[in-house]
Amino acid sequence: MTTAPTPVPAPAAADPGGGPGAPGTAPAPGTASPAAPPRAKRRPRGGAWLATVPLLAFFLVGFGLPAVAILTGAFTVSGDAETGAGSFTTANLTDSVQGAYRTALFSSLKLSALTALIGTVLGVPLAQAVLTSRFRLLREAVLTASGVLANFGGLPLAFAFVATLGNAGELTELFHLTDHGWSLYSFTGLTVTYLYFLVPLMVLTITPALEGLRLQWREAARNNRATALQYWRYVALPVLFPSLLGGFVLLFGSAFAAYATAAAMVGATVPLISRQIADALSGNVLVGQGNLALALSLDMILVAALVMAVHLPLQRRSARWLS
Amino acid sequence: MAQLISRLRVWRGAVLLLAGLYFLVPMAASVWFSIDDVDGISFDAYTGLLSAPGFTDSLVLTLELAAVTVVVLLLLLVPAMIAVRIGASRLRPVLEVVCTLPLVVPPVALTAGLIGVLRWGPDHLMDTPFFQTFVFVQQPGFPLVLVVAYVLMALPLAHRALDSGLRAVDVRTLVEAARNCGAGWPRAVLSVVVPNLRGALLSAAFLTLALVLGEFTTASILGYQPFAVWIYSVGNSRGQMSVAVSVLSLLITWVLLLLLAAAGRERRHRTTATS
Repeated sequence: MTTAPTPVPAPAAADPGGGPGAPGTAPAPGTASPAAPPRAKRRPRGGAWLATVPLLAFFLVGFGLPAVAILTGAFTVSGDAETGAGSFTTANLTDSVQGAYRTALFSSLKLSALTALIGTVLGVPLAQAVLTSRFRLLREAVLTASGVLANFGGLPLAFAFVATLGNAGELTELFHLTDHGWSLYSFTGLTVTYLYFLVPLMVLTITPALEGLRLQWREAARNNRATALQYWRYVALPVLFPSLLGGFVLLFGSAFAAYATAAAMVGATVPLISRQIADALSGNVLVGQGNLALALSLDMILVAALVMAVHLPLQRRSARWLS
Repeated sequence: MAQLISRLRVWRGAVLLLAGLYFLVPMAASVWFSIDDVDGISFDAYTGLLSAPGFTDSLVLTLELAAVTVVVLLLLLVPAMIAVRIGASRLRPVLEVVCTLPLVVPPVALTAGLIGVLRWGPDHLMDTPFFQTFVFVQQPGFPLVLVVAYVLMALPLAHRALDSGLRAVDVRTLVEAARNCGAGWPRAVLSVVVPNLRGALLSAAFLTLALVLGEFTTASILGYQPFAVWIYSVGNSRGQMSVAVSVLSLLITWVLLLLLAAAGRERRHRTTATS
């Protein structure tokens, strides 16, 4: 990406370590020359970093303060407690993984894992079917639609499903689904709803990886008398595995963080941790447990951090693989 | 061989058909639900929107929030991203961490943290000028605290969009060339680099806009009433109207993304034409 040399009469010899100063070969951390040396003559060094100050300052205040609030809050006794307000405690955290909160956390994890798994299993064949289709128009349409639907979370999604499969929904009335025991306001209903934005998300995520599968590999496998099944089992799936896992984890994270859809649709019938936090924040907790919401948030952040810790290296790896 | 191909075709057709059913039926059902009436078809749910109480207020608030969020986000992010490319490359990892961390904190948790800060502030800063700041960011007319939250949530999206745009441009050479021609720093960045990033800027702005238009979690917990929260309150009393709004919001997202795709395509044509 840095093919063009810098058109500066650079005193490169004066700086043995820094190289000609192309951005890609920027000084490795640890070398003595921080900002590209050739420019030092023209511009006082350090001018550029000033431009990052507003963002970093904003981030420190806007993100840092809430983060500190969560961390300190999760480990201190709530201000509304009768005794020991403000002192260190781990009671919030232990409470946050017990009783109703434990149920909610597990229910959230279960819902996220299940929907992510189904989303992966359904999304890959769909992406493959679309990619191998002869109609270019269909491909473009499906990919654009995936972009729209992957962003179609939150309230509108909930209302669309209530209109379709809710108690007075069109399909429910058409097929008398309630008589067969169907209810949208349940774990199953929520799963069906979440898939509506998770499957497109998977299609979007996995398409570049599927495009990276070379036709030659399939031909080579076929020349060696591999069946289609064997090709997928021994060639394609191992190659795709990092991307698949990365996609699964991304879906898991999206489902785990989702709040609006569940809040609007199922209310309290399916306990979810995001909903418990919102409840606790609006004051629906026992006296002295005001900091419980912060402890629950910390639980949630830990799960999300785990997800990202798996996802980012995988994403980087598959990006390298496919380029 | 022919058998294999025909089998593949059947399989592909089945997958596409099932997916088509799953994705199209809820849309069709929603449209039907929103216009279905006891005596035939009626568009009351759509026409009644404008006169519904709170509709214009919440929509205006949301649009204002979206505009301010987009401007603040771009003003913060673009200079920083250009800077790490032309000079301060040591800060690049820092920038990447800053733009990834918000992904680790789900919106609900971020809101909890913000509430923690907002409650802590008045207790400890009652007698200082900072107290006014806390009041100021929470004013109901224009809650700046929401802008802070939205900018943070949009950071990863916007960063990704801008990064892919910057990758396609050799910022360093452009700036050097402009500087050699005697342009000052602001001019080199504003009239040489930024025009090259038009597509990326647009896509970052659109993604942010879509995010703010649909955001419900933070606003509802903090007790403000932008558009998404308004839809929710309407949904409790008038189901048909809320579905109508959902259909509209799907259409709006669609239009936004099509515009985005168009902008991206234009950029790609341009870069292939010039290279």
